[in-house]
Amino acid sequence: MNKTQQHIDPILIPILEQVSDPEIPVLSIMDMGVVRSALIINGVVEVEITPTYSGCPAMDVIGDDIEKALKNASYDSRIDLILHPAWTTDWITPIGRKALEDYGIAAPLEADADKEVLLNGKRLIKCTNCRSQNTKLVSQFGSTACKALFKCEDCQEPFDYFKCL
Amino acid sequence: MKENLYNYILGIADNSLILGQRMGELCGHGPSLETDIACTNISLDLLGQVRSYFQYAAKIAGDDRTEDDIAMLRKERDYKNVLLVEQPNLNFAHTIGRQFLFDVYHLAFLAELQKSTDLTLSAIANKCIKEVSYHERFSSDWVKRLGDGTSESKEKIQEAINDLWTYTDELFHQTKADKATVLESVGVDVTKLKDDYYKRVKDLLEEATLKIPDSKWFQKGGKEGIHTEHLGYLLTDLQYMQRTYPNMEW
Repeated sequence: MNKTQQHIDPILIPILEQVSDPEIPVLSIMDMGVVRSALIINGVVEVEITPTYSGCPAMDVIGDDIEKALKNASYDSRIDLILHPAWTTDWITPIGRKALEDYGIAAPLEADADKEVLLNGKRLIKCTNCRSQNTKLVSQFGSTACKALFKCEDCQEPFDYFKCL
Repeated sequence: MKENLYNYILGIADNSLILGQRMGELCGHGPSLETDIACTNISLDLLGQVRSYFQYAAKIAGDDRTEDDIAMLRKERDYKNVLLVEQPNLNFAHTIGRQFLFDVYHLAFLAELQKSTDLTLSAIANKCIKEVSYHERFSSDWVKRLGDGTSESKEKIQEAINDLWTYTDELFHQTKADKATVLESVGVDVTKLKDDYYKRVKDLLEEATLKIPDSKWFQKGGKEGIHTEHLGYLLTDLQYMQRTYPNMEW
């Protein structure tokens, strides 16, 4: 099985789409790309999820929420946490990226551009409030493990940026 | 139980656990809000990585011990972390110096561990290296900023590097578990990382306008469970809940 592809039974997609990241409620776990497989095997749904960051406390909650959502749809389930292949921000879907931006979190750039911003202070990230690109890195580490803190020098609003991983 | 593999995993994980606990001490005590959050984020990453390692170790142990037992219920002599990571947070320069001297090693180590023939270890390394590259950026940026900053910041970071230098050589010592796992292409041969490590560290210290310590005397013992006096105090904090209220859960 090609591990970089998702194997998800289409019947389960609407159920899994109801589950969101507890720290970013607008983003469904499907759009975040953390569900790597979900198949009904002998009447039990076997779900594989992969953590965004190793220490992300949201993963335990996400596992529980998936179990609950499936239970509501009358499925028993087993949730496995897999590490390989490692999650990457490339797996966030276009819908997910839009949801992030609307929520006030700038979506991750490509890896090279991300480096330019975080290392060399290039101004490539658009402010989620006024869309200006006149933004400045305040800290490489933000309110959660996956975010960096930025400030817009035009509208002066601080905002989060989802770091490239 | 594969004893060498078990001990090997603990050797890797204990470095992250103890350093994670040290960085966690900065929670609410960082010199600025941003550095406070950064240090605790690094701590969270490290503790998250530790969970992956200890879950795997618990599986190898094959008895009823859990990741929490391994983290919380060992005695001081059973911890296999290097002396460097248990050194206390004397001031921000010390915290940064310790982090930098470990991060450069950690990054190089994980790059090699990704090639391990043990698929779980390779997957964990593959995951951790992405996070650790952020740590290394943070700590090396701060070494440069402090070194090339005011005369006071320069003095403090130089003092920290001088003090901590004696703990760097131990990173490249091999334990029995190291040697056994290297033979099976599971473990990383740390002796091969040494030259690149000192080159990278020296280049960065020069960039930070700092002097490279010339001391040739190096401390060792952590990997064999012989620790500095600081570890006991750290463990008292770390293990307090489990020792006071055995088997408690959140």
